[in-house]
Formats: sequence, C-alpha cells, structure tokens
Amino acid sequence: MADIKVAAYICKGCGLGERLDADALVKIAQKDGKVPMAKTHDFLCNADGVAMIKNDIANEGVTHVMIGACSRRAKTEAFHFPENAVARANLREGVIWIRPDTDEARETTQEMAEDYIRMGCAEVKAMTAPEGNPNTGGSKTLLVVGGGITGMTTAIEASKTGYSVVLVEKSGELGGWAGKLYKRVPVHEPYKSPADTGVADLASQILADGNIKLYLNATIAKTDGSPGKFVVSIATESGATHTEDIGAIVQATGFTPYDMNKLPELGGGKSANVVDQAGLEALAIDAASKDGVIRRPSDGQPVKSVVFVQCAGQRDPTGKHLSFCSGHCCNTSIKQAMYFKDANPDVDTTIIYSDLRTPGNGEDFYRSAQEKGVIFTKGTVAEVVPTGNTSTVKFNDLILGDADASIVDADLVVLATGQVPNSGVNIDAPAAAPAEAGAEPKVEIKPISILNLNYRQGPDVPHLKQGFTDSHFICFPYETRRTGIYTAGPVRRPMDIPQAREDATGAALKAIQALENAELGRAAHPRSGDLSFPKVRLEGCTQCKRCTVECPFGAIDEDVKGFPLFNESRCRRCGTCMGACPVRVISFENYSVNTVGAQIKAVDIPDEFSEKPRILILACENDAYPALDMAGMNRIEYSAYVRTIPVRCLGSVNTIWITDALNAGYDGVMMMGCKSGDEYQCHFVKGSELGRVRLSKIDDTLKTLNLESERVRDLEVAITDIQRLPEMINKYAAELVAVGPSPFKGF
Amino acid sequence: MSANTAVAEKYRNNFLKEIEEQVEMGDWVKMCMQCGVCSGSCPTNFQSAWDHPPQELFMMIRAGKREEVLTSSSMWNCTSCYNCIVRCPRKIPITHIMHGLAEYAHRIGMAPKMQATRFFSGLFWKNATHTGRVNELKLSLGLYFKDGFVQGVKNGMAMQSVALGLVKAGRLNVLELFGGHKCKDQKGIHAMLAKAYEIERVRKAAKMAG
Repeated sequence: MADIKVAAYICKGCGLGERLDADALVKIAQKDGKVPMAKTHDFLCNADGVAMIKNDIANEGVTHVMIGACSRRAKTEAFHFPENAVARANLREGVIWIRPDTDEARETTQEMAEDYIRMGCAEVKAMTAPEGNPNTGGSKTLLVVGGGITGMTTAIEASKTGYSVVLVEKSGELGGWAGKLYKRVPVHEPYKSPADTGVADLASQILADGNIKLYLNATIAKTDGSPGKFVVSIATESGATHTEDIGAIVQATGFTPYDMNKLPELGGGKSANVVDQAGLEALAIDAASKDGVIRRPSDGQPVKSVVFVQCAGQRDPTGKHLSFCSGHCCNTSIKQAMYFKDANPDVDTTIIYSDLRTPGNGEDFYRSAQEKGVIFTKGTVAEVVPTGNTSTVKFNDLILGDADASIVDADLVVLATGQVPNSGVNIDAPAAAPAEAGAEPKVEIKPISILNLNYRQGPDVPHLKQGFTDSHFICFPYETRRTGIYTAGPVRRPMDIPQAREDATGAALKAIQALENAELGRAAHPRSGDLSFPKVRLEGCTQCKRCTVECPFGAIDEDVKGFPLFNESRCRRCGTCMGACPVRVISFENYSVNTVGAQIKAVDIPDEFSEKPRILILACENDAYPALDMAGMNRIEYSAYVRTIPVRCLGSVNTIWITDALNAGYDGVMMMGCKSGDEYQCHFVKGSELGRVRLSKIDDTLKTLNLESERVRDLEVAITDIQRLPEMINKYAAELVAVGPSPFKGF
Repeated sequence: MSANTAVAEKYRNNFLKEIEEQVEMGDWVKMCMQCGVCSGSCPTNFQSAWDHPPQELFMMIRAGKREEVLTSSSMWNCTSCYNCIVRCPRKIPITHIMHGLAEYAHRIGMAPKMQATRFFSGLFWKNATHTGRVNELKLSLGLYFKDGFVQGVKNGMAMQSVALGLVKAGRLNVLELFGGHKCKDQKGIHAMLAKAYEIERVRKAAKMAG
C-alpha cells in the first residue's frame, strides 16, 4: 500500500466550538489518533473549509481525511472526496445535540467527543478509497420475460427511454391474460362501461418498434453472468437457441387463475355452466363474434340469469385455498355483469360478495353497475348445486341474517378465482417430507424454472409468500433478491391492469438504473453509487461456504474447489458475507472487520472506579443510525456513555467485534437492526435475520468469558423510533449499572 | 282480484322492478351499497321501533322478500328527520323512499291495519276532509278508542285532568262533539278533493297498468 497521510479536521460551527474544547480535540487527534495533521475550522462545510481540505489533499499529500463535524448523513456533498478515504466523527447529532448544555454535563460530553475523534482517526487509517468494481459489463439491453400487459408496457417504456429490449414470450402471441379479455375495466372518465383492452395497440407498438426484439414461443434456457453482462440463452420452439447479451432483466411472468377444479363445492369442474372469470371472457368473446348474446355452454340457450361468486377459493382462512385477496376480481365481476346488462337489461345479474373491494376508480364503476341494475348481495356462498342446465346457489345472506338463502335456476355461475403467480421454482422450499404411510400419494406438479439462473442459490428469484416473488414492499417494490433482476406485475403481488402498468414503468426505470450503475461498477440501492465491493483473501479461506449460502442476493458462486467466486455486479454491498466469515477474510475497502474493530479498540475505557460505563452501539445505517440522528435533531437526550458505530447491516456484524468489545472492558453492547422475518424491514432483506441468528449464539461466547447475558442486547429498530430509541438506550444504561461494571476493565 | 294480487302477478319474481316502478323514488333502491349509515343515523332506531332498518329493507327488496317488506311496520315509523338523506354517501333519498313504500303498501292493501302511524294518518285525513277543518276533540277520541271501547274509556279516564284543564282554559269546547265548526265552503272543499282523488286514481291506475 502506498504511503498514507491522515489529516483530521475539527469543525467549530453549529455550536460545536462553544460546547466542546476544539483545541483539546486536536490534541487528542494528534496524540491518540496519531495523525500528523490536525486542524480546526470555524465553519468546515462552507466553501472556505472545503477548500482548505482540498488544498491539503492537493498540496500536502493528504490521502486520508477524518472530519469531526456533523453526522455522516449530513453535508455529504460538501465532504465528498472520491479519491480519498474519508471517515466522519459525529460530534453534532451524536454528541452535542443529545447532551444537555450544562456545566455538569460538560465533562462527559467532551469525553464523548474525544472518543469519536479517536474512533474516526482509527477508522480512517484502516480504510482505503474505494476504486470501483473492475469486472463490469456494459450491455444496455433489457430483457423482458413475459409478453403480457406488464411485459409489453415495460418493453415500450424502456424503448421510449432509448434502451434496446429483448422481449421473450412463451406463447405464440402477445397479450397474456389481458389479451384474452373481451373488454377491460375502464380507466378513464366516466368509468361507467367496460372499455377496449388496448392490447392490440400495445402489441402493434411492439411490432413496429425497431428497438424491441421479439421472441415468441420462446423460453429462457439459461441466464448466466451478472448485471451489465448477463448472457441469456433463449430457446425457441424450433429447438434453436439464441444468445443475447443483457444488461438487466424484468420478469413479468404474470399469473395463472386459481384452478376452479379445486372448488367442487362451488360447482367447479362439475358443470359446463360453472365457469371462472377467464371462462366467462371466452364466452363473451365468442358471443361478440356472433349475435352478442352470451349463451349457456351446456345447451346454447341464452343466459337469463347469472350469479357471480366473489372470493371463490380466495381469502380462505382454512389454508386449503388462497389466503389472499387478488384485488382485481370485484371490478372484473362488475365488468362481466355489465356484459350481460349492456346487451339485455332483463338478464338477472347477481354478485354475491363478502366485501366489495373496488380499487382505483372502481367505486364509480360499481355505482354505474348498480344504475344498470346489477344486484349486489352481501353473503358467503356455501354451495353451488348444478342440476341439468341450471344451478342453485346456496349462500349465507349476511345482511338479512339468512343462512339458508339461495338463488335458483341460475343459467350461469361465474367463480371469481384468484391469481396464482408464475414465479418459477421456490428455491427456499424445504425438501419434500417423505409421505406418511397410508397417506394418499400426492401429485405434485414441479414448477418449471423461468429464468434458469446459473446461480449457486438456485434457478429463480426467491419467493416471499404464496409464491409471490420477494420484494421490499415498503421501500423498493420492484427489487428482487437478485441484483439487476426486477419483477413487475402479478408475479410480485396480486394486481389489476392499471397497477401492472404502473409496476411495469417503475421496473423498467429501475432496471435501466441497475444496468447503468453496473457499467460504472457502482452498487444498486440501497447503497446506490457505492464503489466499494467485497474483496476476499482466498489464501485464508477455509471453504466453509457460509458466505455463499448466506448472501441474500446470490452474488457469490463457488468455484470447483468450493472457494467463493464473487460476482461484484450482483453485490449490494451489505457485508453479510463479511459478518458471516469465521476467518474474517472478506472485507471492503472502506468497511471491514478492521475499520470497525479499530474503532472499538480506540475508545478510551475508564477504570471501574470512575463510574463511567461504556456501551457500544452497533447501529444499522439504514434505520437505526438515522433514527439516532433524528433524535439528536429533536434534541432528545440520551446517555453520554454510549459510543455508536454505524454498520451497513446487522448482517455485516462479525461476532469478533462483540468479543473484542467485551474483552476491551465495555460494559454492554447494543445491536440495533431492522425487523426480520416475514414482515421484514431490512434493506438487505435477510441481513438482519442472519445477523440475529449469529447473535443468538453469542450466549456461548459470553459464557466462556464468564459474563452476564445482559451484556449484549439485540434491539429491533424502525426509522420512526426517534422517541423510543433514546428511552431504550437510557433504560439499558440503567440496567447495566445494576449488573455492575465489566470485570475486563483495565486489562 | 285484489290490487295486491294483480300487481304481484304482474311483477312475479321481480319485486325490485315493482318497487322501482310503483314506489315514489323507488328507482333509487338499487343504488344502496349497504354501508348502514342510514340505520346508524336513524333516531327511531334507538327505541328499537324498526323491524328492519332502511338499508335492510333495501336488501330485502333486492332479495325479493315482497310479503315481508310490504307488511313491515318499519317505514311507518319514519319521523322524516332527514338524517339518513343528509348522511347517505350515495345520496339516496331514503326518507322519501320510506314514505313511498308506506304509501304503496297502503295503496295495495298490504300495510299493517292497526299500525299506529297509519291509523292516525287515516283518522286525521277523514277528520280534516269531512268539514275542511280538524276537529281536535273527535280526533283525540278517535285515537282513544282505537283499540276498543273498554280501552277507550280507560284512556279517557287517564286523560281526564288534562281535558278538564283545557276546558277551564277555554281551549276545548265539549259541544264540538256535535258537529263543531266548519270551513265556509265545505262543498267546494269536497269537490276539490274529489277532483284530486280522480287525478291521482287515473295516474296510479296508469302506473299499475303500465
């Protein structure tokens, strides 16, 4: 490594100069931090202050910059020195804003600031300026898998933005389910009648677009590589395979209607006169091609009365059918009832619903259906009994309290079954349990992989629940757990056409961002623009495969010998691999076991008689650290004995840090990470969960050190916990007083 | 064939259509979305006077429960406070529909015979149109004896002190029992009402036939 020269800059603005002894901090930087150059400035983030730093970098050979000022989340543009390693000591939000401005508090406040200066100096010395991922690819082509309304919209939107698109559709024509509709729910004023689907228009746009290369009757045989340099093999019907260089992928594989044959109690599969919503669309298209009269499939007589059964096999609490609401079916049934009413107002149309959910402008559409005379009945259907050419619908009328209500002589019954996502293989599914003796053999249809990813973790993107692909539904809805691969439309969550089109547009833009970032060697969100990437010292690797197994984004493959093979462009820079590595050979240029370890060791630990405990906080930089900053902005006070180090994710926490801290004489360690589990809020999806799994084993470590289990505390934190967090810190500090000082002090 | 069986035959299974065509503002019934705000807003509902709150009546109409709806006393209990109309998110004129339903049930002879509101309305109308002016003494006595002679005497006894007070104050003339005062042109009033009856009869007959 080239010679490094560290400079420390201490700001006196924003009240720092009045509350802290800046000259003492300079001395600490020089003496304890061992930096050759330490300066103060009255207003470091102004043009003059920044110019001073830039001048030192240019003329004094400064390579590493330590800035003791505000939080690293503030003034990022002013303190942006991309050629240099930069560390920030949080003296404002982390010290003076969370401490009272009193004479008694002055000493502990100053000690806090001094520790942060020590930590900043230690951290920056362990860092190097990130240089960016060298293994980039520059393909600017988008692959869209699925030619339904979502896929077509994605392709058109991306093409309009100037990117070339490869569109792969499994069937022989574009349109997907929307193409099989007679008409769609209206999306324009006055929302009164079914409208043209617009599929033909989209399809002709695709065909006319020279930027979009279309493969029909084709599937993805293999996806290799990483964002910016995917190599995708497309298998066509003829047996030929085409290879395309792809930058990013949007998977818009849509849904399959829930199989109504699984609903025999509702007449599914028992009579030709019981159809699902897709079946009714087919009848309507057929009718439109003739005399416009929808006819009963069993004998071709015109339908005089039709009953729509909502939530058929949906919102099922028993676990037998779909547990969720598919969102579009109420509007769809309203639309289909209008097919009948618009042609002949004398046809009896009854929609039996338990909750009528009409998203978008569906409320106007619902009102229009009522005006047209569609009867809406609140109830739950118990049974559909087909007899001859008609059916009897037995239901529990929830308004009239009549459990034995029924509609007789219904010519046609339409079941509103839900959406089952076409999401390929569930790579996280536990291996099938051996069948119990005597149990009926279960016929399992093995889902066919869609993307056929050549990834160590499996051939498709991971699922969350019910087969829907995993996406960070609060913050990053289109993201999957495979960088550069986005899912949009009903494969991600149940939705209707307008939502799918919105999804498609969003996913197209995210995919474009991803391939542009990949070319520049930068991370995708949430560390957008980050140039650092994991480096591994393979000579120390024990081939334990923990990193390759735990990586939430499938970024790490294995070579033939079992060594990790990093695909930097797939990496989100969460550091979960670094936290997992038992031999600590994985690191980032600006974030490593050393950068954090050095900070932990740099803190001055007072002896046990001083009654000044030290608590280490390892705070997730996405939620917990901003929450702490905001507590500072709100001037909410908390203990002066904590020393906070931001971590990229709870998943990046290596247990050596905790052991180091406890050995060094810290009285307690607080871990602050996001909610994990099914309702996770972790920006890296699995990071906080994996971090917690590792942490659950920390008790053994504590036992070997002969320490109390209270010394390590795991806290689930959301970014909104601005009030709660200081309370929890103070509570923990009080608890630790009761536990007593760490026996490791002074060693 | 009574009015009821004739109309029932005409609409057969389509009670909603019957209501839409025959009942004043009945074409609004289909627009109810069963939110129940009307029922929650109804002041009479607190006295459990309603067999069926408005939104339930609408549902019963849609479910074809003809007999139950038309013989119900519910719509007769409406006090025309207009809370429901003000609050209905679908802007349905519920109060008017209640009166429309009551009127229709009465017209085809399905309304509950001794329902208090209905009885009073009939009594009032007869009383007022007879002489062109309301005879309060006869009206009150008519109400007292609604449920038979014995109950009537009991009611009269119970109200004795009030009546005497009114007599003393000159607010009640016992002689009113024998004829009482009339309007100037009694014949004119009767002729006018007869004409109005005729117009209404023709209009409703056309509706029933239509």
